[in-house]
Amino acid sequence: MTDSTEPTETGRRARSRVVHGPKRPGTPALEARGLVKHFPVRSGIGRGQAVHAVEDISIALPAGTVTAVVGESGSGKSTLARLLTGLIKPTAGEVLLDGERVGTSARERRKYTNSVHLVLQDPFSSLNAVHTVRYHLERPLKLHTKLNRAQRLQRIQELLERVSLTPATTYIDKYPHELSGGQRQRIAIARGLAVGPRVLLADEPVSMLDVSIRLGVLNLMDDLRRDENLATMYVTHDIASARYLADCIVVMYAGQVVESGPAEKITDEPTHPYTQLLLSAAPDPAREETPVLKGSGAPPSLVTPPPGCRFHPRCPMAMKVCTQRVPEPLAVGADHVSACWLHASGLSAEERQPWPGRADQVGALAVGAAAVSGVAGAAGAGAETK
Amino acid sequence: MTFAVNGQAFSNSARSALSNDPVLEVSGLCVDYGLGKDAVRAVTDANLTLRRGEVLGIAGESGSGKSTLAYALTRLLRAPGVITGGDVLFHSRSVETGEITTVDLLAADAHELRQYRWAEIAVVFQSAMHALNPVARVENQLTDVLRVHRPDMSAAQRRERAVEMLNMVGINADRLRSYPHELSGGMRQRVMIAMALVLRPQVVIMDEPTTALDVVTQREILEELMTLRDTLGFAVVFITHDLSLLIELADSIAIMYAGRIVEQAPAAELFHAPRHPYSLGLLSSFPSLHGERVRMEGIPGAPPSLSSIPSGCTFHPRCRYAMDRCTTQEPPLARPTDEGGGRVAACWLQDGRQAPPPELARKFPPAAVSGPSASDLSRSTS
Repeated sequence: MTDSTEPTETGRRARSRVVHGPKRPGTPALEARGLVKHFPVRSGIGRGQAVHAVEDISIALPAGTVTAVVGESGSGKSTLARLLTGLIKPTAGEVLLDGERVGTSARERRKYTNSVHLVLQDPFSSLNAVHTVRYHLERPLKLHTKLNRAQRLQRIQELLERVSLTPATTYIDKYPHELSGGQRQRIAIARGLAVGPRVLLADEPVSMLDVSIRLGVLNLMDDLRRDENLATMYVTHDIASARYLADCIVVMYAGQVVESGPAEKITDEPTHPYTQLLLSAAPDPAREETPVLKGSGAPPSLVTPPPGCRFHPRCPMAMKVCTQRVPEPLAVGADHVSACWLHASGLSAEERQPWPGRADQVGALAVGAAAVSGVAGAAGAGAETK
Repeated sequence: MTFAVNGQAFSNSARSALSNDPVLEVSGLCVDYGLGKDAVRAVTDANLTLRRGEVLGIAGESGSGKSTLAYALTRLLRAPGVITGGDVLFHSRSVETGEITTVDLLAADAHELRQYRWAEIAVVFQSAMHALNPVARVENQLTDVLRVHRPDMSAAQRRERAVEMLNMVGINADRLRSYPHELSGGMRQRVMIAMALVLRPQVVIMDEPTTALDVVTQREILEELMTLRDTLGFAVVFITHDLSLLIELADSIAIMYAGRIVEQAPAAELFHAPRHPYSLGLLSSFPSLHGERVRMEGIPGAPPSLSSIPSGCTFHPRCRYAMDRCTTQEPPLARPTDEGGGRVAACWLQDGRQAPPPELARKFPPAAVSGPSASDLSRSTS
């Protein structure tokens, strides 16, 4: 690790300037600056080292927007959501609510949990099986508000209607096992809305649900963005649903943001090879031709991440420079950044040489300069090639 | 690999001479859970035909009976599941002579079943984590099957075969000595596939084989599976709730709702021209990767409980085209009156007494010309 520390440090200073997420005027509801999370490895292989789960991520969530965070498992997207809730403490970096640093006192922590709520993936285990819907929704009201019993009941009924569980009286005294998965996830969202939060962090809220139910929950989140002016972060591995719901998509790989920009831009004109890989793997019935998987393999170990660009061992376009230096996020369009050397200008011909470990290079003897520029051009819109 | 060459030859002959030759025929299959008054019907009158080398997809929401159907036709159903009617015919073709013997799987006794299970009909289960034995090495789990079904093979031959199978699914031979917990989710699922194929079955039933995997791993495994299908010539029953994936993968698709098959059609026809409102609803539940972003509404409501199935058409409480007739009479699974193809749908809108709404009356292919098989267009490998 020691030899790769230096480029990482330079990369970090440069990258902190880029804030991902939808661009809106004013102060975002929730903002993270330079978040880093390293989990220490305490036993087994790699003891004494750290899992580099999240590396220097700055993200802004303005009110009334949905930001989707997309990536494979192990990309650090759930860790990012948990860092934003304050459930785990960042190794470095800070979280700002309405532009103010979140303090550590109990009062400030309570105010923060009041405003930022997390919806978990599994509605089967995130609700307590021995308590009714009423209990689940009343609990945050008891803890965070001074409403009396009658007001609480009224608020619970409003909440159930808000998440389309009507009439409320048929649901209020049910236990979680009496509800379907979609209904349970609605209860989890209603619980999140109970105390009027400003920010909703949804960690794979629909991936355990049936297809016909998924859309209902996605549409509910869409309504909440509009009606409650919520700042929502939607964590998912399903890039098609991210395109459907989100204003902005942030693509994560191995703890880093590799590309971010307006949702349709990301899916229609992906500029990072990893985004292209994700898109080529996503099911798409409208696809006419046989999909070609653009890359292979599995995400790397985050204990000893690859030097340079962390995606280079899987990248079909890897160049020499990718194995040596961490790519900085480069603007490739309006509000669209991509951390890929393909978009960098001023690289030497030597640095643009294809990486010998690349799938199509193993066994190939000579590669002309024309092929190299062809590769760079294939990256799509915004590629600044010489 | 001489074996692959042989496999290729086999597949070519399978494609040309026997492409329409059914390997598994299910007719009128009914499955109940429980007995007597408390019984609930999980599968009602299922009719399916699987042809050699074909991928037949079964899609539906959870609780629609798709897994029950798969377990019933392999006779793996556990109590309280009871098969209450129907036939499952397996047309086994001998590798040496090409002779076809038909077996009634529902009437077969334990000895006969043992002969066909895994050797001719193998299953890949949903959760590789739970389906593999956590305290046995990959090698033992792979060779176990051979020890039982191929008693004349020596230990060295069995091991050689295990290595060959692992290579086929893209796993290095040094993984033979690994335990399942030492493998990633994708590798475990690959081991499951290798195990299912080790005896060269004619039919492989896959119950949500890639649901728990990442999209990239899922795509890699499915590509490998389709390549293996082309070389080995087995037929696949692919069960999943992900219709968007199935459309790319399958040759024909059966949609299940509340224990009944409500529509069956070639994959591309189902995608471009669904005839049942439920299929249309499922298709409009998947956000698209292209085009204008529009709000989609999907299907209102939730699937019915099997203990209180609605009268008439089981889908009518959620159907926005429901007519009076739908609440009392159950529509038969029949060919839409304006269709000449091999597709069927269980909907009163398609019986010719009224014009179906335009979104349920699309034609595929639009120009109605005979050309390459429609399903070839959207298969992930060809």
